[in-house]
Amino acid sequence: MTAIHIDNLDVSYGETQITHGVSIDVEEGGSFALVGESGSGKSTVLKAIAGLAPEWRGTIEIFGRPRSHGIDPDFARTCQMVFQDPYGSLHPRKTVDATLMEPLNIQGLSDHNERIAAILKDVGLDNRFRFRYPHQLSGGQRQRVAIARALIVEPKVLLLDEPTSALDVSVQAEILNLLKRLRRERGLTYLMVTHNLPIVSFLCDRLAVMRGGRIVETAGAENLKQGHLQNEYSRELLALSAPPAV
Amino acid sequence: MAFTDMRSWLLDESPASRSQARWGRIFRISLAFRSNTLAMVGLVIVLALIAMAAFAPWIATHDPIAQDTYARLRPPSAANWMGTDELGRDIWSRVVFGARITLAIVILVAALAAPAGLLIGATAGYLGGWVDRVLMGITDIFLSMPKLILALALVAALGPGIENAILAIAVTSWPSYARIARAETLTFKNADFIAASRLQGASSWRIVVGHILPLCTSSMIVRVTLDMAGIILTAAGLGFIGLGAQPPLPEWGAMIARGRTFILDQWWVATMPGFAIITVSLGFCFLGDGLRDVLDPKSGEKH
Amino acid sequence: MSGPLLVVENLKVTFPSPSGPVDVVKGLSFQLGRERLGIVGESGSGKSMTGRSILGLVRAPGKVSATRLEFDGIDLLRQGEKGMRAIRGARISMVMQDPKFSLNPVMTVGEQIAEALVAHKRLPRREIAARVRAMLEAVRINDPDRVAGLYPHEISGGMGQRVMIAMMLIPEPDILIADEPTSALDVSVQAQVLDIIDDLVRNKGMGLILISHDLNLVAHYCDRVLVMNAGRVVEDCAASELKNAKHPYTRGLLAAQPRLDETRDELPVIDRTTWSAA
Ligand SMILES: Nc1ncnc2c1ncn2[C@@H]1O[C@H](COP(=O)(O)OP(=O)(O)OP(=O)(O)O)[C@@H](O)[C@H]1O
Ligand SMILES: Nc1ncnc2c1ncn2[C@@H]1O[C@H](COP(=O)(O)OP(=O)(O)OP(=O)(O)O)[C@@H](O)[C@H]1O
Ligand SMILES: [Mg+2]
Ligand SMILES: [Mg+2]
Repeated sequence: MTAIHIDNLDVSYGETQITHGVSIDVEEGGSFALVGESGSGKSTVLKAIAGLAPEWRGTIEIFGRPRSHGIDPDFARTCQMVFQDPYGSLHPRKTVDATLMEPLNIQGLSDHNERIAAILKDVGLDNRFRFRYPHQLSGGQRQRVAIARALIVEPKVLLLDEPTSALDVSVQAEILNLLKRLRRERGLTYLMVTHNLPIVSFLCDRLAVMRGGRIVETAGAENLKQGHLQNEYSRELLALSAPPAV
Repeated sequence: MAFTDMRSWLLDESPASRSQARWGRIFRISLAFRSNTLAMVGLVIVLALIAMAAFAPWIATHDPIAQDTYARLRPPSAANWMGTDELGRDIWSRVVFGARITLAIVILVAALAAPAGLLIGATAGYLGGWVDRVLMGITDIFLSMPKLILALALVAALGPGIENAILAIAVTSWPSYARIARAETLTFKNADFIAASRLQGASSWRIVVGHILPLCTSSMIVRVTLDMAGIILTAAGLGFIGLGAQPPLPEWGAMIARGRTFILDQWWVATMPGFAIITVSLGFCFLGDGLRDVLDPKSGEKH
Repeated sequence: MSGPLLVVENLKVTFPSPSGPVDVVKGLSFQLGRERLGIVGESGSGKSMTGRSILGLVRAPGKVSATRLEFDGIDLLRQGEKGMRAIRGARISMVMQDPKFSLNPVMTVGEQIAEALVAHKRLPRREIAARVRAMLEAVRINDPDRVAGLYPHEISGGMGQRVMIAMMLIPEPDILIADEPTSALDVSVQAQVLDIIDDLVRNKGMGLILISHDLNLVAHYCDRVLVMNAGRVVEDCAASELKNAKHPYTRGLLAAQPRLDETRDELPVIDRTTWSAA
């Protein structure tokens, strides 16, 4: 089954049109990467799916259900997003516990305590962190909380906007391992924006390369690993991603 | 022993419960606050004001409205610590009972104006668009008129009296709170954590009340404390020109007004309540300054 | 000029904590000429604090001490706030780590870049607009006129970083401290932006301190590398030698990077005691 189906998506902010005819299909349980030029509209595509960029034309379907332009609580159960900046994505005056409580209250789920304890364990955070404020956490720990917040309502699709670019390599490795494990255990579908091709090859099975608001190439991860990308721009990215190995 | 236990429980980096986290935060803030001398002076003054108001009947030496025509305009002495006024009433006792009125004014204005301003400003800032334009338009109309003149006009229309004075001051002070709340809201309404809770399906109301207001409150507390001095002075000003508290209520501003006629020969009649006003205003200023240092998210918080 | 631009000897940054003062930078020493120095290390190892302390930007409860902290013969520890302000931006500038946090959310990016320029030089209006535009182009922003009029929340993550870089380069400083300047940029823009910085180092003789957790990047763009862990330098080597680093910590960092032809199912992570002690 197709989890995410996007066809001919044009997103604009006021006068400016950002993306032009973007089409993506992600299978259920798949992990799809969106890479490409900075400012090319990768985050914008995610925001349109999530409902944070309401001005768009084209088709967006999640599990066959057409997506409305706004945000509805029902949709939140299927699809959640993790933001790029772990420093800006947690409320500075709420403890981890309060942050995780919020989606449970909105969705009217019960067993708050058990759910929070379970999800913290899942993302590898000790119970000691439960009542801390964000400023008492490191970047990697914050990003785990953000992932926990997204997963606590048990969505099927996770939109990841550069989830590790603000983190250092060792923490990045932890988060990548975590994402890989969660996907395996929970059968999640990922649509991930990144600019780091090695991450794509570790975590994803397909990728699309974007430039100037258009998709210039879609390929399987094997092609990436073997260096078989067709488009000129994709090849440039590939060449730059494989520097004289350190 | 129990004290050090308590302290380490409060300062625990990994609290074990919701309440421990909350108390820990309060304790940390109070530790920071305690190291600020001026703020502590302010706090002591404000606490003294509260104590004075609460225990007025025990602190006062005389009945504040009992007249004694034989003891008119006596200078400060052992029997009348601050002297007596033109009707022979004990000024110390009147100042003490006046603390109740001052405190009531301050609390009522803070309880009416600050939340209203906060809510209006945060709503306008968060929703934007026409809601913002309408709400801020109204705010600006109020802001464009001088506070005291507006308060005067309102009291003149409603009739003199302490209740109307409070109402008038509240009505004139919410707009500046609305402005601040709106400005603060604008700085983080586009933050990712707001987007995240929108994605979870939170309603605008829930976001404004649950996420935005908590971020505005600390700067609002600071602002209100700093404004207290102004509120007290406005109330005193209204009392002074006879539009605030009515005789025989021992309101400090009204007391100064009556003492004005004797200022050269019987200086204490006007000076004593004036001294009270200055002390309490300064107290609130110091307290507000100190609170800003410990509460303001821009200077503190990060560790 | 022959001597080093910046001399740091035994730099310490201390924060008070309920359980006594804690050193987050523990006696760091290095010298910087008109060259490119890389600082790598894990999160919380004190990289940003080192950069901030050079500029006197460590926030209040934190204290900076050093036996020597000299820039171009000026003792930075003795400078008052006023003296530092004259140096900051004009002579040493720093690209802060989180651009969205460092940019003013209620001012357009064009205004902010212009402000960075006029804070140090008096220029006619026309000239300012032209310089801002040229700078945005230099950091490879495609339509500079539109972007100059946008607010920080309206630009992409990578654009935010480039705007920060533009702000810091526009006064043409002697030393640029770049704290994770390109973590949100795609490799191609990243290369272009670093090339501009590189160009300034070579042609204008600027000194560069590049703080990053991307070992490849540092190895490629720097002459010398310091590896930090828990406030100390654990390895100081030529950039070309980084792949032969000996310290287990550096080796751990190297191994934790995914590779383009990745076949591992799980990435090795560094067993960080700080993680559990935090
Ligand atoms: N709220 C907004 N209003 C106007 N323009 C916007 C807004 N948000 C984004 N844009 C514009 O949309 C374009 C694409 O932004 P987007 O954030 O999708 O880029 P991106 O591909 O994610 O880049 P990066 O890798 O740098 O994050 C940019 O030109 C940006 O200026
Ligand atoms: N205000 C503060 N009070 C106490 N400790 C602080 C404060 N600010 C920073 N620290 C501590 O200083 C240490 C060094 O922080 P720094 O920001 O320099 O790390 P970094 O190496 O830049 O990490 P990252 O890669 O995550 O940016 C951290 O352990 C941090 O917890
Ligand atoms: Mg982006
Ligand atoms: Mg840092």
